[in-house]
Amino acid sequence: MSGSTEPRVTFTRHGIWRGVRQAMPLVIGTFPFGLVVGILSDAKGLSLLETLVMSGLVFAGSSQLLALELWSDPAPILAATLAALVVNMRLAPMGAALAPWLDRLRGWRLWGTLATLVDHSYALSAADQRRGGRDAGFLLGVGLALWLFWMVAVAIGHVFGATVRLPPGHPLYFAAVATFCAILVPVWQGLRRDLLPWALAAAMALAAWRAGLGAPWPLLAGALSGAALGAWLELRRR
Amino acid sequence: MTLRLDVLLAIIGMALATYLCRAGGYALFRALRPPRFVEVTLQHLPGPIFVAYVAPALAAQGAKGFAAAAVVVAAQAATRNLAAAIAAGVGAMWLLGLAA
Repeated sequence: MSGSTEPRVTFTRHGIWRGVRQAMPLVIGTFPFGLVVGILSDAKGLSLLETLVMSGLVFAGSSQLLALELWSDPAPILAATLAALVVNMRLAPMGAALAPWLDRLRGWRLWGTLATLVDHSYALSAADQRRGGRDAGFLLGVGLALWLFWMVAVAIGHVFGATVRLPPGHPLYFAAVATFCAILVPVWQGLRRDLLPWALAAAMALAAWRAGLGAPWPLLAGALSGAALGAWLELRRR
Repeated sequence: MTLRLDVLLAIIGMALATYLCRAGGYALFRALRPPRFVEVTLQHLPGPIFVAYVAPALAAQGAKGFAAAAVVVAAQAATRNLAAAIAAGVGAMWLLGLAA
């Protein structure tokens, strides 16, 4: 903030640490999910090493879960790749939406930070950006912290495969959904801007889900229609 | 500690597909200067994306899910503390499960 009208986007160690600290509450939401992925991976006959290589390189829970659901021996190379592509398609617009930060980065800072992008790091960063945050290290910090705890959770799940099995419908699983409900609160910017787009997003997602469409279609249908309505209303008001 | 070739290839396929999603959206956006409407749409994306994620997940839980979600939102608005809000939601889910 050195007197210029548009403060420069930076990428500092301080920003990374701030991201790591703010990611801590999110670990509660992702940890049970990691345990489930580890348990399922063990049940499907993957070794601990194979499980950790997958979690470290892919680092996207819902796509790992889906791929493991359809796992077979020998490994379903094409099916697993397609599952990852379809489920993770939702991440593509997130990277684009963070362009105000990413445009100022080069080399590993840009392409390495993008490798850690997940829903939570996007959500926290979008909120931080809106509050005037200018340190793109924040995005990497959240991603790295979540990656580390993801590896720990998946490893614990794999090792204790048989013993920590939570029954389906255990309240702890609600932590994942609760995380996103809570994240919506700071994203809300008022009735006039957000009410109709959010209502359309919910309606479209529910309609696609009721129609029996699997991931990621309800999510993409709701997200894109809601955001497009928001943009249309905003541009019309100007 | 085995690492089989077929498993490794499947993992590499998944990793490449996922990285393409993570970096591809941004790379495409930078290469083709998007029209104004697309840019404003991206600014509106955060809310709808998470609403569209939670709506079916809550509907799958029935009234219990929506009640617990209301507790989460109220706790987050009151405390501005994510950990407290998540804990409140899990607690509410647990209590509603006992009541049912």
